Amino acid sequence: MRDKVVEIRNLTKSFGELDVLMGVDLDLYNGENLAVLGKSGSGKSVLIKIMVGLLSQDEGSCRVLGKEVVDLNAKQLNALRLKIGFSFQASALYDSMTVKENLEFPLVRNVKGVTAPEKKRLVEEVLDGVGLLKTLNQMPSELSGGQRKRIGIARTLILKPEIMLYDEPTAGLDPITCVEINNLINQVNQEYRTSSIIITHDLTCAKTTGDRVAILLDGKFSAQGKFEDVFSLPDERIKSFYDYNFINI
Amino acid sequence: MSEKSPKGSYFLGKRLNKFFSGLESAYRFVLKFFKEVWFPPYEFREFIRQCYQIGYNSLPLISLTGFIVGIVFTNQSRPSLTEFGAASWLPALISIAVVRAMGPLVTALIAAGKVGSSIGAEIGSMKVTEQIDAMEVSATNPFKFLVVSRVLASTLMIPVLVMYTDFVALMGSFLSVNKNELVSLSTFFVQVFDALTFLDIISSLLKSLVFGFTIGIVGCYKGYNSTKGTEGVGKAANAAVVMAMFLIFIEELLSLQITNYFRQM
Repeated sequence: MRDKVVEIRNLTKSFGELDVLMGVDLDLYNGENLAVLGKSGSGKSVLIKIMVGLLSQDEGSCRVLGKEVVDLNAKQLNALRLKIGFSFQASALYDSMTVKENLEFPLVRNVKGVTAPEKKRLVEEVLDGVGLLKTLNQMPSELSGGQRKRIGIARTLILKPEIMLYDEPTAGLDPITCVEINNLINQVNQEYRTSSIIITHDLTCAKTTGDRVAILLDGKFSAQGKFEDVFSLPDERIKSFYDYNFINI
Repeated sequence: MSEKSPKGSYFLGKRLNKFFSGLESAYRFVLKFFKEVWFPPYEFREFIRQCYQIGYNSLPLISLTGFIVGIVFTNQSRPSLTEFGAASWLPALISIAVVRAMGPLVTALIAAGKVGSSIGAEIGSMKVTEQIDAMEVSATNPFKFLVVSRVLASTLMIPVLVMYTDFVALMGSFLSVNKNELVSLSTFFVQVFDALTFLDIISSLLKSLVFGFTIGIVGCYKGYNSTKGTEGVGKAANAAVVMAMFLIFIEELLSLQITNYFRQM
């Protein structure tokens, strides 16, 4: 049995009177890609934001790399965050900085004594890894949606994370770019040996990238397992999740 | 009437609750600034970048406004002073008006519009596009990087801009006085500095520091607490200007009372 890098038990989270997560249990194993499927507003993004301490749970436990996130002080939390790459839904590139400055941002702040040639090499390496070396001096506003996603992923890879969290990586992209992003997620998993959680409502993305899928319905995981196994379960809620017959993978 | 009363008191209570929770949240924000400002890491490069944005980029607007204020105020004051045979007091009157009140006030109001709205909109859009969250997950303190650097830059640059506005306004005034009263530059400035006291200059600079701090902190607070969506960004920018201007007028009134107290000592 592989080691667990994320272990979530009985996690609950509410916003005012709205219960979003109601007793969630989830494990992520070392080296695995886990696709979390769910409708919009089902709490998928909330779940991964709790993992990096952007939100805190109401009850339950969330252990990441063996550490209970909610118990960490600011310094410990930052140390943990450096081991986690977070790819945001809208890429979250810093508008006022060039691609190069965006990539250097986490590096210069968190790696002491990095020389200028080393910085240049690392930036070019990750940028080349996502196939966008020519965009080095461009501003985020000059990039397409797919390019922004790739740069956002490259920015997280520069610190060589152990865990990657992707928030809707294919949302708002055309089908060809979606395939490219899905391939990039698999490529990152293999080259950087990361464990990943891919939050999505795109079944193609879930099937292509996920070693395992988990379906979040009504604040709980209603099914977890191999893609084919999950969607062959006799649960009407899962069957109606999307009209599965229209998906042609 | 009696039926409407519970509903009315409910809404009044809700509004009061909103007002006081807003006040508490602003207080916590200011307190956080004073907690964060002393400790490393210091975002020196971002601070310099903001000084450039706030200071240098405001120069064209400030120059034009200061110059026009100087000319207009001189020309508007001349008829009244001439009526009493006191046109020769124009440089003294202008210097006192510009250095004590108009320079700081005009600069602060223009900066509230230009700088305050820009800070509010920039931080607001960073909030709604998750750029602030992205900073946080890359182990960078966004409050220090975005708020502390901007508030410090604004606090430092507004007094510099005020001194510049004072100078430009006095030069505008000189052009008018020179043309109409045939006063030379040296005579004009001798009269200007004769009319001013140390307290005038110090109080002007101190209140400019306060104005600068107000513009920076209000812009950052409104941006940092903007609600989701582009509408929220627009509202944050607008609220930053309105709130900063409102506070600047209150601070001007308070500073006048304090300065007058010291003047009478």
